[in-house]
Amino acid sequence: MNGQGVDGSTGSTLVDARGLRCPAPVIALARAARDAAPGTVLIVWWTDPAARHDIPAWARMRGHKVLVTEPLAPEGGDGGDDDGRAYVTAYVTRVRTASGGAAG
Amino acid sequence: MHPVAQEAFLAALEQGWADPRRLHAEGRRARLLLDGAREALAELLGARTEEIHLTAGHTASLHAAVAAVARARRRVGGRVVVSAVERAAVLAAAALAGDEVVTVPVDRTGRLDLRAWQNAVGPDVALAALQHANGEVGTLQPVAAAFEATARAGVPLLVDAGASVGHVDVGPHWDVLAADPSDWGGIAGVGVLAVRSRVRTTPTGPEDEDPWAPGGVSVPAAVAAAASLRAVLADRARSEARRALVDRIREQVAQTVRDVEVVGDPVERLPHVVTFSCLYVDGEALLGELDRLGFAVGSGSACTSSSLQPSHVLAAMGVLTHGNVRIALPSTVTADDVEAFCAVLPQAVAEVRRMAGATDL
Repeated sequence: MNGQGVDGSTGSTLVDARGLRCPAPVIALARAARDAAPGTVLIVWWTDPAARHDIPAWARMRGHKVLVTEPLAPEGGDGGDDDGRAYVTAYVTRVRTASGGAAG
Repeated sequence: MHPVAQEAFLAALEQGWADPRRLHAEGRRARLLLDGAREALAELLGARTEEIHLTAGHTASLHAAVAAVARARRRVGGRVVVSAVERAAVLAAAALAGDEVVTVPVDRTGRLDLRAWQNAVGPDVALAALQHANGEVGTLQPVAAAFEATARAGVPLLVDAGASVGHVDVGPHWDVLAADPSDWGGIAGVGVLAVRSRVRTTPTGPEDEDPWAPGGVSVPAAVAAAASLRAVLADRARSEARRALVDRIREQVAQTVRDVEVVGDPVERLPHVVTFSCLYVDGEALLGELDRLGFAVGSGSACTSSSLQPSHVLAAMGVLTHGNVRIALPSTVTADDVEAFCAVLPQAVAEVRRMAGATDL
């Protein structure tokens, strides 16, 4: 499946939802949130345009906090073509799960 | 379609089939019918007859209004101010006509940020556009206050009342008003644009006898528009009855469906529109499930649009865009229809969540 894994350097959870269409990115993120300890930082990679709006809306409904959303540097790290017209741009959003409990 | 529209259309087809620009008897008869329709529409919309223009449809009205007003005010400035939740036709026309488009945000209910609007409508603005109500989520806009601000700055205000006329009173707070006959039960193929005499316009198309509808409009469709609007406005009780049914749906959805956001203003709204978004639900799958159960609903979710972009209205409001259901109750709807819908909805949502493996989130 589109991988969930542990990013060893920070102890945060990575959800790769690139290529998934709504509502799949939010479902994948919610699964990770359900399984994570309160206060965990979840990192989600996504390409679906709806995710830009739906990740913050989900976080608000669940009491999680969106920390930042920014373009994801292309793999290989050469920066690539900056105008984003040649291929689908991927983004990364960081979410801190609610500290109050195990809400999914 | 309203039965009165059909009746009026067929009668006008008999009498008014000719080209109203011709001078023979048949042409003059068609002209009389067309003038009568404009006169009736003027009276029903609170305008003068000479202020009523007919177009090829609502989208054409909006395109022409934005272009013609912006062009006439070119020397004043090239800036166009719009709310973030205007119809796509307004946003596209503004992008084409304006040197710069200033988009004024809305709050979580979809209502205009009035302070930002007041700051945006300076004297160098060519045109401002604000819908009377949002047709996707039902929220009424503060049009009177917005008009006060544009009038003070001397900026013409285009009010897109396409979702409102025939359902709620639109009031006098506009310089240009666009109304959509197909939304109140008229026949597709005609739009209504009211332009106050004080507003300067410069048509952008090639010269034509009728710059708002080059080549003229369908006389029977215009007659049907006027007749059906009169019938709908005379039967206000029926329109208002839908308000209680929408309240019922809003309350039932919030109570019986888990993880749902009922969107739009609960009180200051259109009487017949209700919209909600269900977390973890694929909008297309839910529409299919409801269709299978005999309910035709709409959606603003990305998966139901060809562009894969979610509704810009839901996005601007900051509400969930997936799992979205939009219901516009027809005037013929009954309480039993509404109860039947409320009875099947929770199971339909649960089924779609189960298929997506999202039941336990």
